[in-house]
Amino acid sequence: MKKIEAIIKPFKLDDVKEALAEIGIQGMTITEVKGHGRQKGHKEIYRGAEYVVDFIPKIKIEIVVDDAMAYQLVEKIREAANTGKIGDGKIFVLPVEEVIRVRTNEKGIDAI
Amino acid sequence: MKKKILMMMAGILAFPFFSVFAEDPVLDSGNTAWMIVSTALVMMMTPAGLALFYGGMSRYKNLLNTMAMTFTAYCLSSVVWVMWGYTLAFGSDVGGFGLIGGLNNLFLKGITVNSLFGSIPEMVFVLFQMTFACITVALVLGAVVDRMKFSSWIIFSVLWVTFIYCPIAHWVWGGGWMSKMGALDFAGGNVVHINAGVGGLVLALMLGKRKGYGKEAMFPSSIALTALGAALLWFGWFGFNAGSQLAADGLAGSAFLVTNTSAAIGGLSWMFAEWALNRKPTMLGLASGIVAGLVAITPAAGFVNLSGALIIGLAAGVIGFYSVSKLKHKMGYDDSLDAFGVHGICGLWGAIATGIFADPSINALGTGLLYGKPMQLAIQLVSILGTAVFTAIGTVIVVWVTKLITGGIRVDEENEIMGLDNSLHGERAFEIE
Repeated sequence: MKKIEAIIKPFKLDDVKEALAEIGIQGMTITEVKGHGRQKGHKEIYRGAEYVVDFIPKIKIEIVVDDAMAYQLVEKIREAANTGKIGDGKIFVLPVEEVIRVRTNEKGIDAI
Repeated sequence: MKKKILMMMAGILAFPFFSVFAEDPVLDSGNTAWMIVSTALVMMMTPAGLALFYGGMSRYKNLLNTMAMTFTAYCLSSVVWVMWGYTLAFGSDVGGFGLIGGLNNLFLKGITVNSLFGSIPEMVFVLFQMTFACITVALVLGAVVDRMKFSSWIIFSVLWVTFIYCPIAHWVWGGGWMSKMGALDFAGGNVVHINAGVGGLVLALMLGKRKGYGKEAMFPSSIALTALGAALLWFGWFGFNAGSQLAADGLAGSAFLVTNTSAAIGGLSWMFAEWALNRKPTMLGLASGIVAGLVAITPAAGFVNLSGALIIGLAAGVIGFYSVSKLKHKMGYDDSLDAFGVHGICGLWGAIATGIFADPSINALGTGLLYGKPMQLAIQLVSILGTAVFTAIGTVIVVWVTKLITGGIRVDEENEIMGLDNSLHGERAFEIE
């Protein structure tokens, strides 16, 4: 099993969700995060006090899938979240040791 | 219906005769109604206008503390005023020196339901003046948010309103030496704005800069709240300026008109100045410019005409913008919310402008330099200097005494970092997930 962690631009979330629904992905976890790669922040000025805001709001999507689906999922997310401009984000693929369903105690792929 | 019309006509015909026989002060219900409303408008400026204006500019972790300081300033001054404040400001002058009122109206002794001050009940006058004392104290806190002990603020407020506000109010409005000298201050350029601005600066200097000032980012918690606060201040300021005429008449109307004009052009002026220099016009700049325009027109409201008001407001926006965005950073002091930058400096401009633009055809009591009395400008400067020096020295003393009583006036570093809402009040401003 693999965990896909995708950091994307917030306004792209709906596009990504739709794309995932098309391939039958049913569950995901969303977090609001801040960060930056090579995308520069912006300046805010309050009565002459200038502040550089380095960290830019992003959305992190976490999905756990079995190995066979992983790279199809990655490609779907990448296509949907892509705008062609700096700051589009990154996708990470991590190994998952175990998955347990809380309600039924099912384990492994059955629990995804 | 016929009977009503006949009675109305009788009343209209008889009215001029009633006025002829009125030589002793007589209660005028029109003036009284206006003054009661005016007072309520000015009241709103402190716990609603100023609390939001300042609260929105404070960092989120100190939002409630800023509001609490504003509310307590209002409540403490309200109580002090009716106990001994009013008599010190407006009581019979002690010794004729024009320095301070006596204690003849201590606890409002001698003022009954029927007592009049001009054509309005004296009780209404007491309350109207009280709202000015309240907001002056509250303005001071703008210089020192984020780092003052709450107990110290309470003691400071009581001492400051008693020993600094009341004497100056007496000098300008209570028949004291500044009014005898002919200084013009219609609604409180000296008494309120220069006073609070200088007092705030002194308190800020004695309290010290906030930890991380100049290095750390200090984001305002909500410009939206600040904008709302500015709007409430604008609305209330109509009571502040037009109400200072103490009557519902043409001069009140004139003060009303120039107040709005100065506010509007002040807002635009600051906004355009900022747009030109920083490439973006900000809501904070617009709100601040409006307040700057209102501050500057305050001493001039009942003396200047429309062109005077336009110039005063226009200059106030630019002056205010310069003093908060350039002057403050050059001088290096931490006047957190620009009590000195906006109220002190724009109040200074307003007081000087009054000496230049006072038009005798608006108000026979005021003639400025442009209308043939250059001496008025000199008188204004003397009154400004007198206020600034007295407030500066007096505030130093009040702070020393406060430090003694409360064992230091600054919060612990830990509390400052954690935030005062949490450390002093155990509260959060908003339940944010």
